[in-house]
Amino acid sequence: MRSIDGAVLDLKRLDLLATGDSIIHRLDARAKVVTTLFFIVMVVSYKRYALAELTPFLFFPVITLALSNLPISYILKKIAAILPIAIFVGLFNPLFDREIHAVLGPISISGGWISLVSIMGRSALTVGSAIILIATTGFISICHALNRLGIPRVFTVQLLFLYRYIFVLTEEAARTTRARELRACGKKGLGFSSFGPLIGHLLIRTWARAERIHMAMVVRGFSGEFHSRQINRFGRNDYLYVIGWSLVFIILRSKDITAILGAACTGLFS
Amino acid sequence: MHMADALLSPAVGITMWGVTAGTIAYCSTKVKKDLDDRKIPLMGVLGAFIFAAQMINFTIPATGSSGHIGGGLLLAILLGPYAAFLTIASVLVIQALFFADGGILALGCNIFNLGIFPAFIAYPLIYKKIIGRQPSPTRLSIASIIGVVVALQLGAFSVVLETVASGISALPFTTFVALMQPIHLAIGLVEGLVTATVVSFVYTARPEILQSAVESRPLGNISVRNIVLAFLALALLTGGILSWYASKNPDGLEWSIAKVTGADEVTGTEQSLHHVLAAIQEKTAFLAHYAFPAKQGGEATTEIATTGKEGQDNSGQLGTSVSGGVGSLLTLTLAVLIGFFLRRETAGTRLKAEG
Repeated sequence: MRSIDGAVLDLKRLDLLATGDSIIHRLDARAKVVTTLFFIVMVVSYKRYALAELTPFLFFPVITLALSNLPISYILKKIAAILPIAIFVGLFNPLFDREIHAVLGPISISGGWISLVSIMGRSALTVGSAIILIATTGFISICHALNRLGIPRVFTVQLLFLYRYIFVLTEEAARTTRARELRACGKKGLGFSSFGPLIGHLLIRTWARAERIHMAMVVRGFSGEFHSRQINRFGRNDYLYVIGWSLVFIILRSKDITAILGAACTGLFS
Repeated sequence: MHMADALLSPAVGITMWGVTAGTIAYCSTKVKKDLDDRKIPLMGVLGAFIFAAQMINFTIPATGSSGHIGGGLLLAILLGPYAAFLTIASVLVIQALFFADGGILALGCNIFNLGIFPAFIAYPLIYKKIIGRQPSPTRLSIASIIGVVVALQLGAFSVVLETVASGISALPFTTFVALMQPIHLAIGLVEGLVTATVVSFVYTARPEILQSAVESRPLGNISVRNIVLAFLALALLTGGILSWYASKNPDGLEWSIAKVTGADEVTGTEQSLHHVLAAIQEKTAFLAHYAFPAKQGGEATTEIATTGKEGQDNSGQLGTSVSGGVGSLLTLTLAVLIGFFLRRETAGTRLKAEG
């Protein structure tokens, strides 16, 4: 279980990364959202045993990562953190899918192992691209982008609220649990009997807080939506980014670049 | 039970995105019609509450493991189904983006599995029916526990359906069901119990919160018939889309799904681009031709066995696994080199700009 403070720090770190400045940071959020989504759909559209074909898709996260000045080790750690989950969900494949698909010298490889590795690769690619998206764009810009892409305002406005108050409430939850752990002296007291009232109190405090927030906002003229000062224009770079990458993905999806490269190479040496 | 992108096929992912986006649009207009602008901050703050509360654990007696609150039904009880659905969806959006808890393409599935069932099945059909007009602590507890368990069972079952329809996991349907349902029965009982204690606590401490939630809701009396009809329509739509794809191609659902959503578009573009890319295609064809005899007459240290049923599937990448492996290595090296180079370049220009 991850500690609450750790989770909050993690969230803040991702949020701070988005305030950086680079070519990728300066792109319109819509361009990045659409491209990332298209990337994920393309990666996921491969068949169960696809492995080598997936590798060229690494270019997208690697290039954006390199251009965006994000701390590489941090992003890699975030990706590595989800791989155990990917292994867990793919673990059944080697058990159920034992048909031999490839023989490498004395070792025969079943389809299940290939698909397990494929699932891990897919996970790394899709999660990596999502993390890069959030770390170069920031949540608030993503919300505005979603809005301009047609998601209802009610939804995005309360999404922004939720994001803002996650920081406040997780810190409160962290203080509460710290107090509880300090008084629990070991394990007893972390049980169920104290849990219900604890959460209940947190809920009631939250409710009261929401009422205060609402009053304060009404006083300041809140009418159901946020207005943002910066108006992002969908410029030339944004078009280039979306169209360029989409073309690359389409070509990669339709032509097995890896096989072509490999074939050219093995052909060269034989 | 957050699904990841890696186990999903585009058809399932996009269909569920469509279903979820439609529901979000519908709920948004409903919430807007409510004309209670108090609700929007309340939704956001309660969503953050669920987020924070899920980080607080308690130890489950005699097991050593720990549990936390579920949240779906609790939100429905506090906010009503429409606002609750939107809030659950937002919590899942943030979990997907910041904690990689569930994928982005899988968001549609996750919002459906964890949002629809508590908000539109468990809350109106179970919770509301059990507590009736006169809520009492016992009724609230029983209603919460049963509601959470049913919602979670349905959610777990649709995880199974979505995963099997995607065809990336090799887990057979029956095994998967036999694994998922009991596990989620246990989780549901624990989460239901927690929800029940929290709801009872709120009922004793601030009964007006629950009361106002019950009263201000003309949506509380959604008829069973409408919900059943809506689900029937949804099932027909989904089934219709999937089977249409499936029947177009006999090579199995999974294959055709991938083909239609991903590759159809691709082949279409390829066709239109054909003349433009003619030269490149010629070249690649030449390369492929050039390599094939080399591989077949190869040193036989690496022998490829493509087996019967999956034969067609594999010939694409396993039949060329030698060149595939070499190609992968090349691509990886190239990717890393390009990344390194770009990094140095951008760092260089930045230094120049600063200096």
